[in-house]
Amino acid sequence: MSVKLLFEHLDKPGIRNLEGYRSHGGYQTLEKALRTLKPDDITGEVKKSGLRGRGGAGFPTGMKWGFLAKPEGVPRYLVCNADESEPGTFKDRYLMEHIPHLLIEGMAISSFALGAETSYIYIRGEMMYVYHILQAAIDEAYANNLLGSNIMGSGFSLDLHVHCGAGAYICGEETALLESLEGKRGNPRIKPPFPAVKGLWGCPTVVNNVETISAVVPIVRDGGDAYARIGIGRSTGTKLISASGHINNPGVYEIELGLPVEEFIYSEQWCGGITKGKKLKAVVAGGSSVPVLPAELILKTAAGEPRLMTYESLSDGGFETGTMLGSGGFIVMDEDTSIVKNLWNFTRFYHHESCGQCSPCREGTGWMEKVLHKILAGKGTRADIDLLWDIQKNIEGKTICPLGEAAAWPVAAAIRHFRAEFEELTSQITEPAGQV
Amino acid sequence: MDKEVRFSDDALQLVNRITSRYPEGKQKSAILPVLHIAQAEFDGWLPVPVMDYVAGLLRMQTIEVYEVASFYSMFNLKPVGKCLIEVCHTGPCWLSGSDGLLSYIEKKIGIKPGETSPDGMFTLKTVECLASCGTAPMMQIGEKYHERLTDEKCGEILDACRENGERVTHWSVKRIQNDKA
Ligand SMILES: Cc1cc2nc3c(=O)[nH]c(=O)nc-3n(C[C@H](O)[C@H](O)[C@H](O)COP(=O)(O)O)c2cc1C
Ligand code: SF4
Ligand code: FES
Repeated sequence: MSVKLLFEHLDKPGIRNLEGYRSHGGYQTLEKALRTLKPDDITGEVKKSGLRGRGGAGFPTGMKWGFLAKPEGVPRYLVCNADESEPGTFKDRYLMEHIPHLLIEGMAISSFALGAETSYIYIRGEMMYVYHILQAAIDEAYANNLLGSNIMGSGFSLDLHVHCGAGAYICGEETALLESLEGKRGNPRIKPPFPAVKGLWGCPTVVNNVETISAVVPIVRDGGDAYARIGIGRSTGTKLISASGHINNPGVYEIELGLPVEEFIYSEQWCGGITKGKKLKAVVAGGSSVPVLPAELILKTAAGEPRLMTYESLSDGGFETGTMLGSGGFIVMDEDTSIVKNLWNFTRFYHHESCGQCSPCREGTGWMEKVLHKILAGKGTRADIDLLWDIQKNIEGKTICPLGEAAAWPVAAAIRHFRAEFEELTSQITEPAGQV
Repeated sequence: MDKEVRFSDDALQLVNRITSRYPEGKQKSAILPVLHIAQAEFDGWLPVPVMDYVAGLLRMQTIEVYEVASFYSMFNLKPVGKCLIEVCHTGPCWLSGSDGLLSYIEKKIGIKPGETSPDGMFTLKTVECLASCGTAPMMQIGEKYHERLTDEKCGEILDACRENGERVTHWSVKRIQNDKA
């Protein structure tokens, strides 16, 4: 059995259009919210639900909403983060493409709760066709008084706009996203001030992921307590997992948090096992930024407990033996995969995407890419492995935004768990490191 | 550029519709969508006079437009072929065969990433994860995602592009006509 909250009606014909969406209860939750609830009641339900941000960091959504400053006479904004660029993550695109009105209904309810009268969905520019799907859905909603002025006669008015980016991973970072939405380069801002106090155009702003905002709909429909009963412990509700790599059934799955990792990988209902009957080598469980784990540690914790798909279980053991749920980008690698080559690929990505403001990130990512390239070319030495370790250590904690760490952690984890593979590639050579 | 730099009436109407989505005085926010429209209007790239024109439209300094245009990977500061082939080469796509797809395309049209075919038909570019990792390997041409590609399927798509011969951009001219209202 599995619970479906976001994807319950995904396979219904016409669900992409307003009519289809409404025929399966669509916009009834918005109506309930506007007619029977006060904004603070909604925030209360979200708090009770235990919902945690689905964009990667897992910060409690209700608490984030609670931080929003509400000075008199200053507009507040809700911005939906639909930049989805974390390698291995493709759930938001899937949701928006197939059931755009769910996000729009979530935006309307959340905007009402936060007191925002203008809200934006920032979608990455490459997803231009989804931008047009969203725009068409927004137009439908306006035409039916589900957006715009005095929605369903409730007195609440909301303008919802979709905005497209133009290719930059860093614009997924919330302050870079706001800079970009203001028409500038996507350079992350120094925090504090946090967006809750000074966000879009200097006004209090909440930035939430597509999946987070969509989850507000079932939470308000069924109540926060009902949502909190799904899942395990502090990992409540369902989570969309994007599964890719060497598995038989890649795709987007809505799982109840708490599903054992082993079942997720091997069950026919989910990933369906490793392709060509190969053995599992490693998994990157939460998007490219989280530490890679070898098969034995992704299936079981260091203490021998089955690993579960929850925030807590996946991070059990810290970075020594654990990882993170992150964005839910679940990348599976079979026994023939070169961990070093995969790492080089990811490191090249971070180097390419660094905005260049902080030297540890800008220089460090480039340096790591070069050292890895040298090792792969068979010209690396044992000392290069230590050099890599040093570089990643010198990025962590020394940058404006977490992209630096996102680049450092995968390097640390690959060396920690697969040192032998690095040594194999450098076994013939003994000269000192440094020459790149 | 010989011809006068000016958006079509459809595009101007669309630009007005877009700028109205931001508060008074914040029309600069429209820069990314407007530069996409500019690429659709002017052969898929952004020559300096086009950027200057956009600066005028949005009442921005020209330097602000250049700064933005050079930051985002979807903006082309050099001419591109009619059909820009963007192949994802990030981790998950690599695990699922993007190297093979790239070398197939390189062989088929005889160019490497970053190059344009002599007839001006194709430009090949590698791009980072396009949120399509579960249907890898993949490439994007214009707004369209082409997923689960085999050499054969990819070959057919490229042949169709050549046969069609039309310029393809992310924000297409057809979309501009549809969306202006
Ligand atoms: C480099 C970087 C890239 C990010 N990319 C995304 C993204 O594509 N989508 C997203 O929702 N959050 C992304 N985030 C997280 C956002 O900064 C932010 O925490 C999130 O949008 C908050 O929403 P949530 O609380 O609903 O998760 C990224 C963070 C960093 C540091
Ligand atoms: S850590 Fe990297 S991406 Fe983040 S602000 Fe610094 S240079 Fe830019
Ligand atoms: S890695 Fe190619 S689409 Fe994600």
